[in-house]
Amino acid sequence: MKNKEPLILAVVVFFTLVTYYLVEPFAHHQMHKHVESEGFVYADLPALTKTGNAAAGKDLVANAGCAGCHSIKVAGMPAPMDAVTAAQSYGVNPPDLSNAGAVFDAKFLADLIKNPAHALNVEHKFDAAKGQMHPMVPFYGMGGDIDQEIADMVAYLQSIAVNKEDMTPKIAFENACGRCHAVGYEKWTQIGEKPKFKHEKDGLAFDIKVMEYQDSLTKYMGKLPPDLSMYIRSRNEHYIKTFMENPQNYLKGTAMPRVGVNAEAADKVIEYLEDSGDAKRHEREHIGKNVMIYIVIFAIFALLWKKQVWKDLH
Amino acid sequence: MHNNSRRGFMGKAFGVVAGVGAVGSLVAMKKSWDPLPSVKAAGFTTLDMSIYQEGVMVTEKWRGKPIFVLKQSAEMLEKAKQNPRDIERLVEVDGAHYMMCIGLCTHLGCIPAFRPESNDFKCACHGGEFDASGMVQLVPPPRGFDIPPFRIDGTKLVLGEVGPEWQTMKDNGITL
Amino acid sequence: MAHFTKATSVKDWLNQRLAIEKVEKVMMSEYWIPKNINFLWAMGMVLVITFALLVVSGIFLLMYYVPTTAEAFNSVNYTIMREVDFGWLWRHVHGVAASVVFLVIYIHMFTGIYYGSYKNGRELIWISGMLLFVAFSAEAFSGYMLPWGQMSYWAGMVITNLFSGGSLHADGFVEWIRGDYVPAQAFLGRFFMLHVLLIPLAIMGLIGLHFGALRIPHVNNQDGEEIDFDIEAKKYLDGDKAGSKVMRFANDFMSKDMMVVGIFLIFFFYLVFYNYGFAMDPVNFDPADGLKTPTHIYPEWYFLWSYEILRPFNIDLGLVLFAFAQVIFVLLPFLDRSPNSCAANRRGPLFAGWFWLMLMNMIVLTSMGKLPPEGIFSTIGLVSAILFVVMWLALPFITKMEKKV
Repeated sequence: MKNKEPLILAVVVFFTLVTYYLVEPFAHHQMHKHVESEGFVYADLPALTKTGNAAAGKDLVANAGCAGCHSIKVAGMPAPMDAVTAAQSYGVNPPDLSNAGAVFDAKFLADLIKNPAHALNVEHKFDAAKGQMHPMVPFYGMGGDIDQEIADMVAYLQSIAVNKEDMTPKIAFENACGRCHAVGYEKWTQIGEKPKFKHEKDGLAFDIKVMEYQDSLTKYMGKLPPDLSMYIRSRNEHYIKTFMENPQNYLKGTAMPRVGVNAEAADKVIEYLEDSGDAKRHEREHIGKNVMIYIVIFAIFALLWKKQVWKDLH
Repeated sequence: MHNNSRRGFMGKAFGVVAGVGAVGSLVAMKKSWDPLPSVKAAGFTTLDMSIYQEGVMVTEKWRGKPIFVLKQSAEMLEKAKQNPRDIERLVEVDGAHYMMCIGLCTHLGCIPAFRPESNDFKCACHGGEFDASGMVQLVPPPRGFDIPPFRIDGTKLVLGEVGPEWQTMKDNGITL
Repeated sequence: MAHFTKATSVKDWLNQRLAIEKVEKVMMSEYWIPKNINFLWAMGMVLVITFALLVVSGIFLLMYYVPTTAEAFNSVNYTIMREVDFGWLWRHVHGVAASVVFLVIYIHMFTGIYYGSYKNGRELIWISGMLLFVAFSAEAFSGYMLPWGQMSYWAGMVITNLFSGGSLHADGFVEWIRGDYVPAQAFLGRFFMLHVLLIPLAIMGLIGLHFGALRIPHVNNQDGEEIDFDIEAKKYLDGDKAGSKVMRFANDFMSKDMMVVGIFLIFFFYLVFYNYGFAMDPVNFDPADGLKTPTHIYPEWYFLWSYEILRPFNIDLGLVLFAFAQVIFVLLPFLDRSPNSCAANRRGPLFAGWFWLMLMNMIVLTSMGKLPPEGIFSTIGLVSAILFVVMWLALPFITKMEKKV
């Protein structure tokens, strides 16, 4: 009796793989367009032509009125208003600038200071010609070479920010995404991490503040930016990165601004989202390796047992 | 027979390998049954001792159980000093003495009621009584109120953590 | 009262009361299996193992899952996936096994069709097997509701809407099934009950029936040969193991079963740890939102072929053909009019062609069911759906014309 099992196995594997291919990679390719990453180079933004002087930048930042909206905690400058009141005025809480220099791309920061709506890619929503001004006031210069002044300010922000090696996923996320997106699984709300309260009343009071902030945010954005707790699994790393690079890639006309992070900060944001939505990945990889080794040993022993039992059956 | 023992050996060997997998699965299952990290983390309660008044019994909560806090008045303290076991049950924080214990009768677990007129506790279930320092004054309870692990942190008590004062109480048999 | 003697051993004590030796012979060591089989005959054991994995992983998920619309999503994605030790493992095992079990069911089913294992005394094995397919489908659907993600909600919405019967507009019936106007707490609660208690009980009962229906006819063999099990068993028991056409189920066939299971588990655990996206669709990691339909909704892969039979037509015709597709497989033993019960390749080009074309058509239907119903895809889907119906209607005629092998 010819042994047909290799042929049968080949047929079964063939049809299984064809079905898998058609239902998964092929179908997903048909349903979702693929956007290439530009590696966070922001090709459309002008290159920096001047070398910035941090000391000069410090004076400029102090005098240009930035502190009217932005806190810079590491430099001892507090926020002029609490987050909820700020959101009522501007739609969203203006970010603290302590780590902006590390998290955001330098070209992006420079363009943002000069022309916020352009850098953030929301000119379709804030059209200066129609009198729709972005809540952030552009910098019109302090009398000298505006490009030099902006380079100085960017240099200053970079000098006070945390070192690249010390940038934690939390710092990257809070700066890049945290003022609009909550992450419930990490207890992150748009106004900060929710503390532990002894009395239920205090906890509810905090929740009310979050909701008031979210109301202002919803009015500003058109709808409430989604909670990102499980986004690393509902969208994958590639989608999130290319989305951050330019939300218009996927959702034309969206109110979500271009985030402007540099490549390192983008990786840290992904890590933060993985810690939220795929927290046990390291354990899964570790145990997966051990289980695979065990199951191969199991199969080998089963094979040896079968061979012994079947010796006298043939 | 040669064949039988070979087949028997391989079968047993496979059985052992399968058994290893079964044991591994059972270990994972046991761990899934363990209390969750959030449950273990919730096992700590902080009491601000400055808010209590003398002679007023307040019930707090720790790990789902009632905690009796009774700040000792001068009268209660006098009475307690007469009995060495009583005084050792009291917790001293910032100059004041407190009875701080788990508010469950050590007989069968009912919550005894505080009687301010006599400064003692009466358990409705089987009539047991405890005095103002938590010691048994009428059976059937077999021992005084149990005292939860605590650590003194300035004017606060952290229940759930083990501090030296509690360790001493445990070593001296004041509490279990 | 039956006569009992003083027991000579624990085994004897049990044997007098439970006849364990007889049971062991009937179920294991003297349950004779033909030697002329291949590894496809092990798919039954693979299904038992996969079902066991589903039950065990399900037990641990059940300890922490909260069946309310407010808590369900987080009980799965936060508590089980992040907090419970190995919770992520049970979830991955459960999701992957729920998908892989259907791959094995289809292989098992098509093995039966190919070798004619539904004919000549084996009709009840086939029918109980198809009932098991229906029960597993209901179990999979009800289970998918439980995480209460976007796909759970909208699949629930769409599938229960089918019961409105198209032009019959039986909206009241649909609301009765849901327990509410839309999938909400009542809906989740009842599908939780079905998934955790009622359908598993039905499955276990049907497995009993399936095994019971198998015991007397015995399993088929590659040539469809009618074996005299008494003669062959005697040969084996008299010492001629090599010459006999049969072998014991335990330990002869079981050792091969375990080998196939071992290889299957390598593939299975690889998926559990490294490639599980096909079984846990990304869309279901968005919490359910009754006011927002996802851009692309589709059922799990194993339902796609019948979903695609529903889609190309107007609702009334679609529902009729959908019902046809669910029921027609059950009728196979009665639609096949040929006297032959052997491998398809020996039954002539008509049936062999029918078999391979049916298999490939189901794969095409599956593929089209996943894709948006546009352009060339909807055309291919329509043709495949019509082909499916035509092939089943033609089967009695094709098989009637077969010559006896």
